[in-house]
Amino acid sequence: MQYSLAALLRNALSGNTHWSPAWRDPQPKPSYDTIIIGGGGHGLATAYFLAKEHGITDVAVLEKAYIGSGNVGRNTTIIRSNYLLPGNTPFYEWSLKLWEGLEQDINFNAMVSQRGVLNLFHSDGQRDAFARRGNAMRLNGVDAELLGPNEVRRLHPLLDLDNPRFPVKGGLLQRRGGTVRHDAVAWGYARAADRRGVDIIQNCEVTGLRIESGRIIGVETTRGTIHAKRIGLAVAGNSSRLAAMAGMRLPIESHVLQAFVSEGVKPLIDQVVTFGAAHFYISQSDKGGLVFGGDIDGYNSYAQRGSLPIVEDVMSCALALFPSLGRLRYLRQWGGIMDMSMDGSPIIDRTPIEGLYLNAGWCYGGFKATPASGWCFAHTIATGQPHAFNAAYRLDRFASGHVIDEGGKGAVPNLH
Amino acid sequence: MRLTCPYCGSRGNDEFVYLGSADPVRPSHHDAPAEQWTAYVYERTNPAGAHRELWHHSFGCRSWLIVTRDTRTHEVLKTEPARDAAHTSSEVAVP
Amino acid sequence: MTRTLQPNRLAGGGLIDRERILPFTFDGRSYQGQAGDTLASALLANGVTLVGRSFKYHRPRGILSAGPEEPNALVELRTGARREPNTRATVAELYDGLTATSQNRWPSLAFDMMSVNGLAGPLFSAGFYYKTFMWPASFWEKVYEPLIRRAAGLGRAAREADPDKYDRSHLFCDVLVVGGGTAGLAAALAASRSGARVVLCEQDFLLGGQSLSCNDEIDGKPARSWVQDATRELEAARRVRILTRTTAFGLFDHGVCGAVERVSDHLEAPAPHAVRQRYWKIVARRIVLAAGAIERPIVFPGNDRPGIMMSSAVRSYIERFAVLPGRRAVVFTANDSGYATAQALKRAGAEVAAVVDSRPKSVQRGAAESVDAPIVHGGAVTATRGRLQLRKIEIVDGDGRKREIDADLLAMGGGWDPAVHLTCHLGGKPQWSDEIGAFVPGRLPAEIAVAGAAGGRFTIAGALGDGQRAGNEAARNCGYAANADTVSTVEAASGPANGAPFWHLGHVAKKCFVDFQNDVTAADISLAACEGYRSVEHLKRYTTLGMATDQGKSSGVNGLALLAEATNRTIAETGTTTYRPPFTPVAIGAIAGYERGKEFRPSRYTPTHDWAAERGAVFVEVGQWYRAQWYPRRGEKDWLESVNREATAVRTAVGICDVSTLGKIEVTGPDSGRLLDLVYANAMSGLKVGRVRYGVMLREDGHVFDDGTVARVAPDRFFLTTTTAHAEAVLRHMEFCHQVLAPSFDVSFIDVTDRWAQLAIAGPKSRELLGKLLGSGFDMSSESVPYLSVSKLTIGDVPARLYRISFSGELGYELGIPADFADALVRRLEELGEPLGLTPYGTEAMTVLRVEKGFAASGELNGQTTARDLGLAELMSTKKDYVGRALIGRPAFIDPDRPILVSFAPVDHAAPLSAGSHFLNIGAPASLENDQGYMTSIVYSPTFGHYIGLGFLKRGRERIGSRVRAYDPVRNRDVEVEVGHACRFDPSGGRARA
Repeated sequence: MQYSLAALLRNALSGNTHWSPAWRDPQPKPSYDTIIIGGGGHGLATAYFLAKEHGITDVAVLEKAYIGSGNVGRNTTIIRSNYLLPGNTPFYEWSLKLWEGLEQDINFNAMVSQRGVLNLFHSDGQRDAFARRGNAMRLNGVDAELLGPNEVRRLHPLLDLDNPRFPVKGGLLQRRGGTVRHDAVAWGYARAADRRGVDIIQNCEVTGLRIESGRIIGVETTRGTIHAKRIGLAVAGNSSRLAAMAGMRLPIESHVLQAFVSEGVKPLIDQVVTFGAAHFYISQSDKGGLVFGGDIDGYNSYAQRGSLPIVEDVMSCALALFPSLGRLRYLRQWGGIMDMSMDGSPIIDRTPIEGLYLNAGWCYGGFKATPASGWCFAHTIATGQPHAFNAAYRLDRFASGHVIDEGGKGAVPNLH
Repeated sequence: MRLTCPYCGSRGNDEFVYLGSADPVRPSHHDAPAEQWTAYVYERTNPAGAHRELWHHSFGCRSWLIVTRDTRTHEVLKTEPARDAAHTSSEVAVP
Repeated sequence: MTRTLQPNRLAGGGLIDRERILPFTFDGRSYQGQAGDTLASALLANGVTLVGRSFKYHRPRGILSAGPEEPNALVELRTGARREPNTRATVAELYDGLTATSQNRWPSLAFDMMSVNGLAGPLFSAGFYYKTFMWPASFWEKVYEPLIRRAAGLGRAAREADPDKYDRSHLFCDVLVVGGGTAGLAAALAASRSGARVVLCEQDFLLGGQSLSCNDEIDGKPARSWVQDATRELEAARRVRILTRTTAFGLFDHGVCGAVERVSDHLEAPAPHAVRQRYWKIVARRIVLAAGAIERPIVFPGNDRPGIMMSSAVRSYIERFAVLPGRRAVVFTANDSGYATAQALKRAGAEVAAVVDSRPKSVQRGAAESVDAPIVHGGAVTATRGRLQLRKIEIVDGDGRKREIDADLLAMGGGWDPAVHLTCHLGGKPQWSDEIGAFVPGRLPAEIAVAGAAGGRFTIAGALGDGQRAGNEAARNCGYAANADTVSTVEAASGPANGAPFWHLGHVAKKCFVDFQNDVTAADISLAACEGYRSVEHLKRYTTLGMATDQGKSSGVNGLALLAEATNRTIAETGTTTYRPPFTPVAIGAIAGYERGKEFRPSRYTPTHDWAAERGAVFVEVGQWYRAQWYPRRGEKDWLESVNREATAVRTAVGICDVSTLGKIEVTGPDSGRLLDLVYANAMSGLKVGRVRYGVMLREDGHVFDDGTVARVAPDRFFLTTTTAHAEAVLRHMEFCHQVLAPSFDVSFIDVTDRWAQLAIAGPKSRELLGKLLGSGFDMSSESVPYLSVSKLTIGDVPARLYRISFSGELGYELGIPADFADALVRRLEELGEPLGLTPYGTEAMTVLRVEKGFAASGELNGQTTARDLGLAELMSTKKDYVGRALIGRPAFIDPDRPILVSFAPVDHAAPLSAGSHFLNIGAPASLENDQGYMTSIVYSPTFGHYIGLGFLKRGRERIGSRVRAYDPVRNRDVEVEVGHACRFDPSGGRARA
């Protein structure tokens, strides 16, 4: 059923009882051409683009719980392409371009809202680092503006520019950055993939990979064995566990990242704002809640919960930027499990096992990458070769030294 | 989260700095095969379960500790000073 | 008794202070309440039943509950900088002069234009926004979204800085009891009597929980008296701490509980020097959760009008607050507790028009007989009327006959849900219990136990016994012998017991609200299920059920039951969503505590800070440090003029700069040299006593980690400096190298960053100045104090160290002295240096000098560069192992195309440069493919009379003398520059060695 205002009106008149399911609930077939493990944003987008761009529709997406139950359902909804390094910039810009056409492409309103992403800086050194980044973006045709304090003040009257500890000297603004309604991304891609024939199979946990003479031939699941000649892993947070089933050790640690949402209030903050003196980012959802977060807790974890030190740090950062938020209450905190990679950048590549492909290592930047990740992963699976956009995201870059380390932190995942 | 430092007792995790897995062993020489070095620096088992990991009691006694912790529940199974842990194989040769 | 103007205030009873009248205003109208009231009870006492509007349809809403689960009665409390949106009137304690305003309505609460949304209700079905607003694409941000954003949100947050203070404190105890109802009190008493150190947290301002709202007896006395006795005993116990007005909002790993105490929220403003709220981090060896239970609404058409209230809340308003919330009431119940409400209503003088009991007559026991009111067995409420206030109720009896009843109050109770919220914070999954028709806590960590209604034991007797058992056991687990005394001898009194769960009428009709605040109806749930959103998480996220400020406390279980039905599953099969912290919303300011404003981060000051401040220095934040950036002098028109003067003074005379922010580490022990050989890329063990060497350390991945100087002050003692930024990380890394990689080495480290002050004294006249300071007894000649040497000396009788090192390229020294003496020393030097033209210089001039010399600093040591990139390849030892050596030979590291550190000068000497520019070949289009590198540091060089910069350029050293563009579009600059050696000034280094 095509979604439109007319459809809404028609169904409203008939008591909203004739809507069809957004996606089917099929039984898994014994075999598929391609299986995507992981019904999150990246996995569902991959399935959609396999069908749309490559005509590969004999595809199953296997999800151990419900679709969107991983990080696409527990992030701070930010999209942007303000990256520094050449391995990253074109990829994220492609992602932003796909976001810009998303709703018309998949006929699902995910509320892509390009209200701008503003990175504040507080010192000359930071300004220069952001200038370097902004210039790298401009070289790639991406919009970037370096704002002075007065321009920042005009955009954010509640911001404490004269913060007594770390006054704001300005900011790097990407106007095309913004937010997207995160759950809707999973649902929208699921529905669009389903309409092109992809089987989305929920409550189907993969328990083993079947490999014969160096080639993938299928998966063991809680709903039986399913054969396929190509299998893509898109299970960020659990990449190491799945890779271990294929005897691989990845340059990844799983870490918990917390995020927070406040009670809904009338509009306060229009853009996404990030702090330069500490790790903190904040925006306001269309529903009115402030959505914000900070650093990862910093230790390996598969439990979707964090601890108080990070909560304290995040709340004090919120007040350092917006002192009027002191009496506003936060409503909910949650934790997601991140694939923290050794250089802070992702992997979209083949693996040493023929037919097995890997999409992993998104750290806590995976949400904004969803469309391009799916698009590039689909390309890599369909053609057996990476696209230029994901050419740098190789698995062997750690051995060769071609790391993509935006922060210059080295091989310590919790510093990225 | 709380960790129990063998020297200082039970402390909040904000007193500690985390490094990562304690399992990778530094190859004994810089000329060791490149794969060994890549594995040491980059590859991690990252288990969902018991995990031996390095924590530094930065705001305490400054000891490096090896904490064995279940990454699914955060339950701490064991804590010992890193220098006590059998690490003789990683002793480096310094001219 | 004082006469009040409170029409619904009962003449007697309640736990309010009738002598203390508290005036307050709501939406600008003045009212009076009593001490002991909440805002909700005071409003009800005054006959105010319309309090808020719902989120989506802007439907009129009243007060549903008497507790923290309230979804409807949200107000803006206080005004101006203290405005608190979305404050639940049911927990806001009344104070003298309280000001509250209704929210999310325009122009007024009674006449809200946005309520037209309700007319289009079917159009605004669950998830409608995912299906439209897509055309044309550009309209989302321009048209639809701004409208939605304005309409969304509830109250208005304050727009000025919060004027109040907050505190953060720790508490350590044996047993933490969460909840001060009967179960919690019993647990605290038992644990206390065993000798355990106990903390008892209660969110209310009174202890007692539900027992404050009943007229049951415990041990032959009214429950309230028992509560008073228990409270007295606990207050007298030395090892018990009672925290009322304190919400335990979250449980965290290993016995950590976060709690917020509302220290001053019951006052108009905190007393002078008092905090508004205090955030407690409670560390407990054992935790007893006695958080009680929450009554569940019933889903029926029109169940949201003002005047429809939870049955337990009606009792609470009558018994605790002495307020009669309606004159003519109907009770709609699924269990026996509805009869207690009917009795309370009767006692308070209300007419009970009917008790509608969803159960057939056969199910009921004695309770029904105890109430003198018409009872409708097997009945249900099928409709309600009244625009802003309930007027009529339509009911159907067990035989299907419908009739209308006039009523201004409907008390509903669909059963009780244990408050399992905190039990989920550590990963526990609630389990459905058919026995009590509710979710009970799932498996818990060993240190946590549940007692009373929170565990599904709803009677007072059950709560007392359960509490005592849990308290005893918790104490025993902490090593205390259990006390044999029982906390009470009570036998089962009446109490809320769950009947078979009753969710809703058999068919889904219009406007049966499940989530009141977010306007999620039973029809929305059916729709979501029909569209495939069958997981509870999908349901929640698609319909927003349970996502409002009450986080589903009253709506969650009803929603699950409806979903289970719609999908032909049991509730157990359907599962629940996850309850996460905080239990109730927590003020951001409370958790930030004192880390606000200037105290957001610690401030570190150099030992000569006061001296620099006296000289008018402009300070700059460098991490936590404040450093003098430059020292303006009268008549100088801008900072550049000051910096030029300072840099020139160093090149021509002598300057002084506090460099104490460098990390400083003393390394001692026989294996010090071996350890430093492992840490640094260059060899240190061969360094002679009295000598200094520049050192660079790599990360194990081969990139440069840090640099600094290493001085050997004795055979077994080195003193080294690190960059300011990496001081802490370097020491930690060295300790790692020692304790993990080389544990047998006999070496130790002392962080002396704050112990030693270090003053750079640089310039051609620096030797002369130091000669004056140290006197003729100290030979300052180059023979005695050569370049790259360290000397131990005393100034007066203060031990000091003189390092002959130079970050400026001039003859220079760094003088180390115990930090406490630095202020005196700098003043003495200033006095001695005055005739030599001694000039204090700041970090800006320091940067000018080091960029002229091509020395790397933070812009170049950015974690992405290698020693080779920095021109330090020859430093890297080939004779030893060291951290980072193994991986520097990887293909990416030896790629000849890597950008290399070189310097740049504008071809047009008048042109400014900017760091962050990218380099492009002349004539090449600006594109990523043509990117040749980037500028890292720029200064105006008074020595050269134009800007110069450092940066990384592909094949930089092969291109010296050639030109490239420094392209800086974000600052609208595009400057042609000439490439030069990194070191532009005195490349032979003769001046430093002079």
